[in-house]
Amino acid sequence: MIGIEHYVVVSSILFVLGVLGIFLNRKNVIVILMAIELILLAVNINLVAFSAFLGDLTGQVFAMFVLTVAAGEAAVGLAILVIYFRDRGTIAVDDVSHMKG
Amino acid sequence: MIQLLAFYLFAALTIASGLFVITAKNPVHSVLWLILAFFNAAGLMVLVGAEFIAMLLVIVYVGAVAVLFLFVVMMLNIDFAALRAGFIKNFPLGILLALVLLAEITIGLGAFSAGGVQIGTADGSAAIPADMSNVEAIGHLLYGKYLFLVEAAGVLLLVSLIGAVVLTLRKRSGVRPQVIPRQNARRPQDATVNVKPEVGKGVSL
Repeated sequence: MIGIEHYVVVSSILFVLGVLGIFLNRKNVIVILMAIELILLAVNINLVAFSAFLGDLTGQVFAMFVLTVAAGEAAVGLAILVIYFRDRGTIAVDDVSHMKG
Repeated sequence: MIQLLAFYLFAALTIASGLFVITAKNPVHSVLWLILAFFNAAGLMVLVGAEFIAMLLVIVYVGAVAVLFLFVVMMLNIDFAALRAGFIKNFPLGILLALVLLAEITIGLGAFSAGGVQIGTADGSAAIPADMSNVEAIGHLLYGKYLFLVEAAGVLLLVSLIGAVVLTLRKRSGVRPQVIPRQNARRPQDATVNVKPEVGKGVSL
């Protein structure tokens, strides 16, 4: 029978994949944003699984707020990406330090 | 039995598509794998009876966020080959860190399975009601106990909406925009004349 452990294992593997994606695609901001979405998805799976197995709906309500934050983060992140590309003609993260000061 | 089969199908596909998201050469393929990952995660959530979050995942992530990603990837003319230059170089460190993280989570899970960790019990204030569907129960919670949090989430979305618009808005010079007051002030008699030309003469403007 499927228990809470199965869900925690799936979500932790997905979380680790997201973190790995940030390291592997260090130059490509778009893939980094997608890796962050993977991490948030893993968190959501965890929240929903615990909510279902503990019999308490608060986890699912909280997962909805995580979803809200993820949507806003994607919108603002991609907006920053677009203006950065307009300014530089590339999206390589290595050169972002020229923005400081 | 069918539940077990469905769980392993959804779980394996979620993890496989997550892996392809971070390793695909073409970011468009990454976005498509991301969509598959979201669909399968929604399937996982349906399996534990969380239909509302599953539907929200399909609508918000697949319908909005993934399409936004696709739009940006296709809109910007980016040399993706140059961006993959550090992929091999960062591979050992990335794998090492991922393995350390996975080992830590595994140790935590092992401690939980051995009974050393108490995850606590729900206080019953938001218990899943037996006589309501998942959507109805979450609706009662959202518009009852968590009403102010819903409004805070709305404000958050509004702020990110305004932020995205303000960030990407740019004033361009040399364009001829529409001037609404001038357009509204214009009357038919200022702009048109009614003439009766003679046959074979035509009209001089």
